[in-house]
Amino acid sequence: MNDRPVLLRLSDVHVRLSGSHILQGVDLTVRRGGVTALLGRNGAGKTTTVKSVLGLVPSTGTIELTDAGGRVHRLSGRRTHEVVRLGVGYAPEDREVFGGLTVAENLTLAERRDSAHHPDRVYELFPELAQRSRQLAGTLSGGQQQMVAIARLLLNDNQLLLVDEPTKGLAPLLVAEVADVLARVAEEVTVLLVEQNLSVVRRMATDAVVVDQGRAVWSGSAPELMADADRTRELLGVATSGGTHA
Amino acid sequence: MSTVVLLTVTGLGLAALYFLVASGLSLIFGLMGVLNFAHGAFLTIGAYGTWWAAENLPGAGSGGWGFVLGVAFGVAVGTVVAALVELLLIRPLYERHIEQVLVTVGLSLALVALVRAIWGADPRPFPAPAWAEETTSVLGASVPNDRFLLIGSAVVVLLAVLAFLRYTRFGLVIRAGVENRSMVTALGIDVRRAFTLVFALGGAFAALAGALGGVYLGSISPGQGTSLLIFAFIVVVIGGMSSITGAAVAAVLVGLVQQFANYYAASGVGDLSVVLLLALVLLTRPGGLTARVA
Repeated sequence: MNDRPVLLRLSDVHVRLSGSHILQGVDLTVRRGGVTALLGRNGAGKTTTVKSVLGLVPSTGTIELTDAGGRVHRLSGRRTHEVVRLGVGYAPEDREVFGGLTVAENLTLAERRDSAHHPDRVYELFPELAQRSRQLAGTLSGGQQQMVAIARLLLNDNQLLLVDEPTKGLAPLLVAEVADVLARVAEEVTVLLVEQNLSVVRRMATDAVVVDQGRAVWSGSAPELMADADRTRELLGVATSGGTHA
Repeated sequence: MSTVVLLTVTGLGLAALYFLVASGLSLIFGLMGVLNFAHGAFLTIGAYGTWWAAENLPGAGSGGWGFVLGVAFGVAVGTVVAALVELLLIRPLYERHIEQVLVTVGLSLALVALVRAIWGADPRPFPAPAWAEETTSVLGASVPNDRFLLIGSAVVVLLAVLAFLRYTRFGLVIRAGVENRSMVTALGIDVRRAFTLVFALGGAFAALAGALGGVYLGSISPGQGTSLLIFAFIVVVIGGMSSITGAAVAAVLVGLVQQFANYYAASGVGDLSVVLLLALVLLTRPGGLTARVA
């Protein structure tokens, strides 16, 4: 059904944090190209899944990244910066731009030594960031901070982008703008997207994985899932009509 | 008038020592979340390193370039010891803050005991250059020259650290790391290299404070660093925990308050006043004077 090569594979991934068993054996696959949406109710383990890939939370199980040359890199047990240097970009929930640094400093910091840098690409997509380069990132609006967070991903050559709720808390107009940018980005690099806004998912996701109570409970084609109202309601607890937040 | 000038310059000299110790403490705390109780021991090591060099190292001594060489040796030893402490003792306990505090407390006791075991508990006369013991007349006050040496060194260190933080990539990593360590690693940066660097820098400044403290006090003893450390911690808290400029301002405040209270009230009231100043700042501005790193 889906013959694109595997890029990221998680097998039996468990995460325990301060006594609670948050991921209880996640198995999921992200294929090269397109956007894989990671869906699920609040607290299902979406963000923790993303963090386990990056080594930002301690996990057990196997996490593997297969590069363009077919070489398999085991990510489990690696430190975060080593995972990132394999070409894994991360835009966290809540953006986490450095508020005390200027926009330009935020971007300079994100330039990785192992990669070519593409400031032109960034400033073409976000001309506003060039105008605001000397402004402290902490004084930017939520939408502008999200631009910085996405710009950090585009500065370097990446194989996989982990994007966690990029439209969270944004006004509807900005949601559309961020979705436009992500859609353009996804033409060049594979994206694993955590998103609660189903209209964004419907617009750009090619594949979907649903997690519930720390396990992946469904995976397949995103358009198929979105077209199946009953299944969406059953899995996500929401109706698929409109851009409802779960 | 001349008393006020002398008290002010002496207070600023003391502030210089506090700042040299506090700048490292606040960088280390800001970036790594480690309260380094071993920092006073780095000061002691710098003082004894300088003293040892003046006695034993060819070319080093108490005057001119010999003095500079002696201080450079003391600072180098302090830097190396601090870097080793980070690599061997702090790093394995990464993110385990209680254990890190325990290790640094233990280390502060052990290093001071080691110095005492080798060179004895008695104060040793410190090889200060002759000109540092002469005085210069400032507005009618005869100010000992060592005050200017202390103040000048602290100003140079302050400007150098600020420039380093603002204009270098390491500085950028440190400023970002103070704000959000895990996001720095998520940009592909090995933040632990910055940890070692910050520890080494802190060790260098503390060791410099040790050598300059030796000049200021005329002698060195093993417990010197530990007693200075308490005031340095107060300076760090007043300055806002992770701010270099905050630490500089707080050091000046603490140094001046201490000198003036000791002179105009009674000896010992200065220390008490500093604690009152700490309480006052914490009550009115709980985050300290400033909350930014540079």
